[in-house]
Amino acid sequence: MTRHRKIDHPDNDNRLDSMAQGVLGKPVDRLEGPLKVSGLATYASEARPSGMAHGVLVRATITKGRVVGIDRQAALALPGVMTVITDPRMVRYPAQGMAGKGPKAGPDVVDYHGQPIALVVAEGFEQARHAAKALRITYEEEPAPTDPDTVTPEVPDAKQKAQGDLDAAIRDAAFSVDCTYTTPTLMAVAMEPHAAIAEWDGDRVTVRAALQMLASDRKQLADALGVGPEQVRLLAPYVGGGFGSKLGIAPEAVAAAIAAKELGVPVSVALTRMQEFDITHRRSESRQRVLLAAGADGVLTGIGHEALVSNLPDSPFSEPVTQATPFTYQAAHRRIAHRIARVHRSCAGSVRAPGEAIGVTVFEAALDELAEAAGIDPVELRLRNIPDREPGTGRPYSVNRLGDCLREGAHRFGWNQRRAPKERLEGEWFIGMGMAAAVRVNMLIESRARVTLTEDGAKVETDMTDIGTGTYTILRQIAAEMLGLPVDLVEVHLGDTDFPPAAGSGGSFGAASSGTSVYLACEDIRARIAERMGCTDAELRLQDGRASFRNDTRELRELLAGEVLVAEGHVEPGDAEKQARQATWGAHFAEVAVSRHTGEVRVRRMLGVFACGRILNEKTARSQCLGGMTFGIGMALTEGVEHDPRTGHIVNRDLAGYHLPSHADVPEQDVVFLPDRDGFAGPMQAKGIGELGICGAGGAVLNAIYNACGVRVRDLPATPDKVMP
Amino acid sequence: MQTELFINGRVHRLDADARVTLLDALRHHLGLTGTKKGCDHGQCGACTVLVDGRRVNACLTLACMCDGAEITTIEGLGEPGALSPLQSAFIAHDGFQCGYCTPGQICSATAMMDEIAAGWPSHATEDLNAPVRPSPEEIRERMSGNLCRCACYPNIVDAIMEVQG
Repeated sequence: MTRHRKIDHPDNDNRLDSMAQGVLGKPVDRLEGPLKVSGLATYASEARPSGMAHGVLVRATITKGRVVGIDRQAALALPGVMTVITDPRMVRYPAQGMAGKGPKAGPDVVDYHGQPIALVVAEGFEQARHAAKALRITYEEEPAPTDPDTVTPEVPDAKQKAQGDLDAAIRDAAFSVDCTYTTPTLMAVAMEPHAAIAEWDGDRVTVRAALQMLASDRKQLADALGVGPEQVRLLAPYVGGGFGSKLGIAPEAVAAAIAAKELGVPVSVALTRMQEFDITHRRSESRQRVLLAAGADGVLTGIGHEALVSNLPDSPFSEPVTQATPFTYQAAHRRIAHRIARVHRSCAGSVRAPGEAIGVTVFEAALDELAEAAGIDPVELRLRNIPDREPGTGRPYSVNRLGDCLREGAHRFGWNQRRAPKERLEGEWFIGMGMAAAVRVNMLIESRARVTLTEDGAKVETDMTDIGTGTYTILRQIAAEMLGLPVDLVEVHLGDTDFPPAAGSGGSFGAASSGTSVYLACEDIRARIAERMGCTDAELRLQDGRASFRNDTRELRELLAGEVLVAEGHVEPGDAEKQARQATWGAHFAEVAVSRHTGEVRVRRMLGVFACGRILNEKTARSQCLGGMTFGIGMALTEGVEHDPRTGHIVNRDLAGYHLPSHADVPEQDVVFLPDRDGFAGPMQAKGIGELGICGAGGAVLNAIYNACGVRVRDLPATPDKVMP
Repeated sequence: MQTELFINGRVHRLDADARVTLLDALRHHLGLTGTKKGCDHGQCGACTVLVDGRRVNACLTLACMCDGAEITTIEGLGEPGALSPLQSAFIAHDGFQCGYCTPGQICSATAMMDEIAAGWPSHATEDLNAPVRPSPEEIRERMSGNLCRCACYPNIVDAIMEVQG
């Protein structure tokens, strides 16, 4: 039985709040926790099928051109070396998330420095690694631009928007800001590097992989290999972080499958950390000009947000920097510009909250400049500019909690203790506070799940992934809540394309999309139980393995009498997403200390207040937000790729050169969720949460630096040399 | 190359390439994949194990250098149903999300608690003449060799404080 629902209308029935089990939303421990803390959760590169060989990718050392010769003799002569593969099906870079086909193939054509061009396979990993250095490669090199500032960018018509006369608004404004910020190339840096182990059985290949979206990844890998999707099985029960970097298939999975077929043995290919920097998607650097015009009362009359980003010539993706700008604040005169520089740096793609992560951060920093110019408190300035309806379209908001988040955050953080720049000095440290709004679009993606109810409990199966997002646990809680079972009696099986295809993890849509499919499957099972109890679903009470209707209470065991109830839930987005602007909302507050001697910035405390619909698990949701906020610390203070100006090559391609926030960089952080329900998001009234925490967080840190020491850093990250007061 | 390793209380005789790191010996040769490879350069801490009671990056240690050494990996600290107090505290405080850095964090914290107990000072230690006391600042400083991109740092500190405090 399949229960299908297209979300064409807002669903405000609020069924989940009338369920009896009382486990949804609670801070339930992670289902897979015991396996993860004892090292027994197995990631992509942790199977050891018999006879497995090891492959190491070899990268191009030119920026653009052709591979005209590979001398393999020296490599093949080394002990243990089995083959050198340069199959034309090998791909040059990863697929974009949800792409229906494989990424560009043909490793003999080089698009960027560091691109994989060959795979060396040996019996042992050390042998393959050594042999990979023994290939003698000759190239025919072509000149290629690598600096986005030196090329004439594309200006796609569909991505430019204008309303009114922004220039006149700036001219006539009581207060205005015209500022340009730059953000560097940023990397996802999931702790588990990309890896794949491929094993063929006849014409079917099974690939254990580090991937976020198995249903579309399967199609991409099949397309890349030239086989049917039914011939590909992907397994990713545990994924060591994604943050966008594992949305689409990447060169290692394709290469492993090709090598395994050729050699007739399982082949493992794992990217080194440096290859991870070279090959996987980067978040494009950006140059963002923000123009703001306001009356004497701080009410915005003009908003301009112009972005320049980059990507390879044929890539369909460009960082949607201005995505949230049109609907966050009101102004009569508006201009959105989006330009794409075509350069030969590595492929740009989605990294956690593509668009808002850097767009909201910069816009919120510019708003801080306006608040300063107008002499209006930054929180108050934002409160005066929250629209009633979506500007431009006139659509209602499904829910808009920005004002509530700002007020709640200001109160909790002690915002009224904020002083003027340089007024608070503790020893060598200037202390300052900053804030920023958080906003991120909300999406629902088609998703399916199967739920099986037996006398012993329930089982959820879907090819959804848990990349640290808490999916195992929230799907368990949803099924437990709907079916009236203690959480321990619900098993969840994920990460296998043999299960019904799910939305996958990406774009913050995973929890609500896959969760709704589980909800629908459970709804179907509830209806069948209700029938046996002679009541309607609304009259049925399921709790602790018992069904009740009025005075009639029966054990599920008795009702099932050995029967197994199976249902599939299938959710699709529908008209509801067109009827209203759906987004998630929040407010970030940060306190920093800036050394007056060295320019060093220490974040002292951070608060995020968020409204994202129903919270499915307080504990895992909070952790998702902590993660996003810490990405914001990194973006503001330490993270940034240095491209070699001659080749575009990523110079600081390891964790000693690309600085992630460490324990010592991350202070006390507080996360608050406002009670919230959004019926436009579907029957669970739950929205995404994985990305909201990063949107604007870095802006709060930058604004706090200004408030501390009076230095406005517009070229991220705010390293000591730029901050030095 | 012949190496004898005492891992989690058991003797393992390894016959492997001299270039095999302790990390790859565990993962590729001995089936102990709880120890993770995050960077292979000693920059992330995911491969932290205890060698003769001290925390080391297994990726920077050749297996043959550990001949005769006593090694404890995450699998040796506890298992589902019999977890160490620290492993349990990581679950209770949600000290991980994706879980990939987690074995390294837990091994590192296990040794770190011994270092504090032994009075080893750190950059965060206020008074070098007084006994070292565990505090969030000490833990953040001493755990900074273990990166967590999911950024469960505050939760990890809470978990360690619960056990240490």
